[in-house]
Amino acid sequence: MLRVRVNQDLCVGAGLCVVSSGEVFDQRDEDGVVVLLQELPPTRLYDAVRGASRKCPSLAIVVEEVEDDEVGAPTV
Amino acid sequence: MSGVVVLGAGQAGLQVAASLRELGYEGDVTLVGDEPFAPYQRPPLSKAYLAGTAPEAMLFMQEPAYFEQHRIAFKAGDAAIAVDRELRQVDLASGAYLIYDHLVFATGTRNRVLPCVEGGMTGVLSLRTLDDARLLAAGIGSAQGIVVVGAGFLGLEAATIATNAGRSVRVIEAGPRALGRVVTEPVSAVVRRAHEARGVRFDFSEAVVAIHGIDGIVSAVELQSGERIPADLVLVSIGVIPNSELAAAAGLAVHNGIVVNQNLLTEDILISAIGDCAAFPFASEKGRMVRLESVQNAVDQARCVAERITGNAHDYDQVPLFWSDQAGLRLQIAGLTNGGETAIVRGDPTSEAFSVFCYRGDRLVAVESVSRLPDHMQARKLLRAECSPTHEQAADPGFDLKSLVVTAVAA
Repeated sequence: MLRVRVNQDLCVGAGLCVVSSGEVFDQRDEDGVVVLLQELPPTRLYDAVRGASRKCPSLAIVVEEVEDDEVGAPTV
Repeated sequence: MSGVVVLGAGQAGLQVAASLRELGYEGDVTLVGDEPFAPYQRPPLSKAYLAGTAPEAMLFMQEPAYFEQHRIAFKAGDAAIAVDRELRQVDLASGAYLIYDHLVFATGTRNRVLPCVEGGMTGVLSLRTLDDARLLAAGIGSAQGIVVVGAGFLGLEAATIATNAGRSVRVIEAGPRALGRVVTEPVSAVVRRAHEARGVRFDFSEAVVAIHGIDGIVSAVELQSGERIPADLVLVSIGVIPNSELAAAAGLAVHNGIVVNQNLLTEDILISAIGDCAAFPFASEKGRMVRLESVQNAVDQARCVAERITGNAHDYDQVPLFWSDQAGLRLQIAGLTNGGETAIVRGDPTSEAFSVFCYRGDRLVAVESVSRLPDHMQARKLLRAECSPTHEQAADPGFDLKSLVVTAVAA
């Protein structure tokens, strides 16, 4: 499955991730920094999450494949 | 084959193709890029990629399978060489040709070169493409003495990486200050101090008159003052030239970029231009044509054009945004100045976290933030809502800008 991590120190608040997937990413109201809504998004969002990671201009989003037993049951 | 043909596979070109598909466009979409690579991000080339902290694979904006899955015909390593507007045809360098219903120029810019090194010399580098970045990263790894020509965003981002790597860096700038074309004096000053604290040495109001080499390999940079600086790596970062020749040859108006209207259309209603190559009317300032180089501009203009093509035409009126990483400082700009503004400083300009609110009269036109992300976000909202705090409110770090934003949005 996919695990998403964000680095709030790198984030510049461009907001492209929220456009790609508003179900997984949000921006803090006060400064626009990325907020991760789901660390383990459902399969149907994988394309959008990968897209968000690839388009992030500050490379603040890391998406990695992890073994199911590393993280327990996914939240769907 | 017809449909939409996009010339240029950078941030803007890819985005227009992607947005067309997201918006349900059914016709053919063809994306032509003259580099051998799939579309990649340029900002990291002078930041994390150059520093070696982001691997090359992270630069690419789509998975290889994306193009086929979304029926985007991506032609890498090919370039348009002629546009025939009568036939609605684009000729490619490969000998192929494309017929368009709509053509989008997203051809970007190329770097200016120093007149005294137009022939090229080993060790004299420029930074725009991934190939450039590979060379520069390798060069920084082994260089003894680095000279950066031009104290703009790009040159100083590279200087940041080079000093982080322990290299000695001299920066030669024709103007009187760092980032002089793009930020106000207080921000310019803090950026300069931050670089100097890391050992960068600046020479302002100075020009390079010659670059000397031994057997075709750079050895020294000669300044107007007569000084010769020994160097084995020279980065030339003195601005860009928009790639507008093809549009001009097709009879379209070109003036510091391909001229478009508020809908990002050229005078030919079948041809748009977006991103770094496009000169467009700045919505917040009547009569002013601008050409902007930023991710935000590329992405938002691409979306605007894709929306028009799919039946939702509207004026392009986004607030311009820029950011840069400078010697440990995070610099963010919302809006656009033109040099004559009143600068109101919010916070302590001798610290490394403050903002400058730029006013034309009582009207806020831009905000530059140094490591002050909250100010930047509120600035975006204020500018979008065309809401200007008073000078006193802007100058008072205790004043809650957010309350103003909430009022403006509610009004």
